[in-house]
Amino acid sequence: MLIDHPLLGPRDASEFVYLGDASLIDRPDWQADDAARAFHDYAYLRDNPAGPHRELWFHEGGDRSWLVVTRDTTTHEITDVRLARDVALERRRSS
Amino acid sequence: MNTHSRIDPASVPDPKQSNRLAGGRVDHSTVLTFSFDGKRYRGHPGDTLASALLANGVRLMGRSFKYHRPRGPLTAGSEEPNALVELRTGARREPNTRATTIELYDGLTARSQNAWPSLKLDAMAVNDRLSPFLTAGFYYKTFMWPAAFWEKLYEPVIRRAAGLGSLSGRPDPDDYDKGFRHCDLLVIGAGPAGLLAALTAGRAGADVILADEDFTPGGRLLSERFVIDDGAADGWAARTVAELASLPNVRLMPRSTVIGAFDHGVYGVVERVSDHLPEPLPGKPRQILWRVTAKRAILAAGATERPIAFDDNDRPGIMMASALRTYANRYAATPAGRVAVFTCNDDGHRTAADLHAKGVRIAAVIDTRDDAPRSPDYEVLRGAQVAGTRGRLGLTFVTVRQADGTERVLEVGALGMAGGWNPNVHLTCHQRGRPVWNDRLAAFVPGALPPGMAVAGAANGALSTHGALSQGAETAIAACADLGRPTNAAPLPKAEDAPVTQTPFWHVTGCKRAWLDQQNDVTVKDVTLAHQEGFRAVEHLKRYTTLGMATDQGKTSNMAGLAIMAELTAKTIPGVGTTMFRPPYTPVPIATFAGRIKGRAFHPTRLTPSHHWAKERGAVFVEVGDWMRAQYFPREGETHWRQSVDREVTATRNGVGVCDCTTLGKIDVQGTDAASFLNLVYANGFAKLAVGRVRYGLMLREDGIAMDDGTAARMADDHFVVTTTTANAGRVFRHMEFVRQCLVPEMDVQLISTTEAWAQYAVAGPNSRDLLRRVVDPDIDLSNDAFPFMACAEVTVCGSLRARLFRISFSGELAYELAVPARYGDAMMRRLMDVGADLGVTPYGTEALGVMRIEKGHAAGNELNGTTTAANLGLGRMVSKKKDAIGSVLSERGGMNEPDDLRLIGLCPVDADARITAGGHLMARDGPVDAKHDQGYVTSAALSPTLGHMVGLAFLKRGADRMGERMRLVSPLTDLTVEVEVCSPHFVDPEGGRQRA
Repeated sequence: MLIDHPLLGPRDASEFVYLGDASLIDRPDWQADDAARAFHDYAYLRDNPAGPHRELWFHEGGDRSWLVVTRDTTTHEITDVRLARDVALERRRSS
Repeated sequence: MNTHSRIDPASVPDPKQSNRLAGGRVDHSTVLTFSFDGKRYRGHPGDTLASALLANGVRLMGRSFKYHRPRGPLTAGSEEPNALVELRTGARREPNTRATTIELYDGLTARSQNAWPSLKLDAMAVNDRLSPFLTAGFYYKTFMWPAAFWEKLYEPVIRRAAGLGSLSGRPDPDDYDKGFRHCDLLVIGAGPAGLLAALTAGRAGADVILADEDFTPGGRLLSERFVIDDGAADGWAARTVAELASLPNVRLMPRSTVIGAFDHGVYGVVERVSDHLPEPLPGKPRQILWRVTAKRAILAAGATERPIAFDDNDRPGIMMASALRTYANRYAATPAGRVAVFTCNDDGHRTAADLHAKGVRIAAVIDTRDDAPRSPDYEVLRGAQVAGTRGRLGLTFVTVRQADGTERVLEVGALGMAGGWNPNVHLTCHQRGRPVWNDRLAAFVPGALPPGMAVAGAANGALSTHGALSQGAETAIAACADLGRPTNAAPLPKAEDAPVTQTPFWHVTGCKRAWLDQQNDVTVKDVTLAHQEGFRAVEHLKRYTTLGMATDQGKTSNMAGLAIMAELTAKTIPGVGTTMFRPPYTPVPIATFAGRIKGRAFHPTRLTPSHHWAKERGAVFVEVGDWMRAQYFPREGETHWRQSVDREVTATRNGVGVCDCTTLGKIDVQGTDAASFLNLVYANGFAKLAVGRVRYGLMLREDGIAMDDGTAARMADDHFVVTTTTANAGRVFRHMEFVRQCLVPEMDVQLISTTEAWAQYAVAGPNSRDLLRRVVDPDIDLSNDAFPFMACAEVTVCGSLRARLFRISFSGELAYELAVPARYGDAMMRRLMDVGADLGVTPYGTEALGVMRIEKGHAAGNELNGTTTAANLGLGRMVSKKKDAIGSVLSERGGMNEPDDLRLIGLCPVDADARITAGGHLMARDGPVDAKHDQGYVTSAALSPTLGHMVGLAFLKRGADRMGERMRLVSPLTDLTVEVEVCSPHFVDPEGGRQRA
């Protein structure tokens, strides 16, 4: 597999470490009334789609960027790769 | 007939090789000698082991897997199921090597396998007589009970009786390597389609790799008497290869099998660098596993001829008609002087014509078709079928059932089978593509393709040379257009273009012991049995009968199995389905996948800067992750490791000791938000930590379980130095980067790992301040007031060498950690030893370190074991509720805060001589001993030289409230039952007076 790193271009998947669902970026508010429930869902509940999946990869053998990779779990086709930091900043601005 | 073979001295056959023909592509003027089963033979450069043996009149090359039937080569290529041999001797012996692909070299040694005492007289051939009992599924039916017999009796017996070659059992002396290559276009296969595709793209300037499994490029052109333009086809192939070799943008990879098509245009290619040599040249690997990343690929893998099933169709001498042609035309060898061909299409006649032209006598062509073409050169039996064969160790007679029902016996030494051709679609299926059925060819052709792949030639069902050439050119032109290198079609070389229609004929009516899968001994009858017993789905059929599960993956057998199941279930062949093709295309030695990653290179070995010093001191080392750490430093006269460890502990507690703690993870955290960042990462607070101070920090996972612990030292307002445990250094750094980039992207904070940049030494013991004063530059005040417990500072040592000093203590003594740039680590350690000699400075290793931390009750990996919370560790109050921190919310949830939760406690044996072992469980003193009454478990134990008895750390239910309680420690595994007393985990200096002194 090749991951098209936004800064470094296509890199071999063996340089990366996989974490999981990119929803881990959306960490709940610790002071919210339903914080316990929200953190439970955040820590334990994941969608497991057969199809496009947004997921976190870490370029450990490279520049240490966390990436949000949109990958089809049935074909491994990668349709989008973005710096997780950019994704996280964008979500802050929109929320 | 124009044979196109050159008439020169190099083409005159050697009279000592009984079945050697003239011409071909072997160099008759050079003789190579080789041995098979101890007997010496002669062959030539250009031969394979199989062709050379056939030329010497040897047809019998092996015994089958289950019935030990005598077998010879079925094919002349990598699809070979039968002619498997043990190649080479000694440590280089390699089992299950296909004689049909082994390139002959002088001195080659091979042995037959799966035969005892000899290939000709095999005792286990009795299995063949027992075959009525050894049908498909016999394992499952026969060896059901008693269960215990399977491992002890059945399996060893079956393994000895069945099975193929055996390993040498010695270390492989050869090197293997891995490499990466990139190209615009990867062409797979160097037959007519592949050669023209590579040439078209190469001339257009594309970066091309042409990979072919054979040692000579050309594919079927090497085996046929075709004409391209106005000359011999193999001449065209040679000229094309020469032009390709002259192009700087084309790389030819002969002896290279593309084993798999992986995601995103990545192809696995195994290059057999040295397999054609007696042993690899110095410095050269035996094989290289290439990872080729190609923007486009053209699969031109050709086609595989399929056999016809009839009774006793597995005798040596019975082979594919195309293989007979290959042996005659390319290798100048024939399995016999008189042969017959059994065919259902015109291709079989081509074999007869070619062999006739080579002077081999054709007994008859047995053609299943009533309208088969006739020949002036040999007899054609129209509408005839093969009813059976004879010949114990090789074919002698073929019985033909003629169209009128009469039988006729032909005396022949070889029989060619021509059942039509199957496109080699394998690589098109490696990414879930399924082949589709083509009625005209009665064969599967490629269906949905992996992205970036095109298929050309016979692999795509274009079975004429013209079809191969035109598809090769077309696919290359299309690939070049995709690559932004538009190119025009050059005039196509002229070649034969006979229309190809294949009439399927899978098996002779009523045959029973007709072999489909010759390597796994699966017969038509076995497929019938699978059908009767309900194993009709193609995947069930495969597993029940083992059809296609041998090392050849059923390249010559799967289709016939499907066809017979289709007949039995009254379905079409595509209705039955097709089995999935998976990588690798042909077997690959495990060593090739390992490459250089073996032995000491399996993972990197990390040495600290003072490693060589420690080695000089006679240290015993222990692996900690990738690191080698000094475990203890034995002195002369010490005969047991514990003598050394006890001495090191005592010397440290009473004087001063030095321990190399370079391996701890070190992370530099800088930025205006550094404190806020650590406040989020650690469960306890860091925002208010003063500059020049160090704090112990506990990291939780988001689920509330303890992840790691360490210290964070505030060197400046915006600068912290964080330490992690040795084992978790990488994981913690990854986690902190996740928090930084994904959770707090707005923070101004940067991280870098500095583990390798600093050599760090723990200097511990009541004399540690005195020792440090001798290395730290005099302007630095080390007094307790100026540099108290948990202080840190940038200092200079040994005359202006920059260093960092932390007053932290893992041992519980007055202690420091001194960090110097890594390149000074060795000198620093030697200096400490020199200047501390009169103080009795003692180096200590990880064992003494462990003993002292247990005596002090500090948690380590045994306690931070992935199941324990801050509360379990007795650190519950550290988890701040006044701020957000990773894991703090979930650490408060119900299940982790029950009244009978585990708490870290200490254990002392009631009898001071008794043992405490880690892993033991705690039970009530008088209650039952079973899992239901389990109260807790011991995580760490050590003999405390300070206290003179063993001590342990344990997790115990309600542990904090049970001080002084006596319990029973049991370890059923080691038969241990000891009475212990619950106590504080802080065995030595619980008030912490020493570390503050």
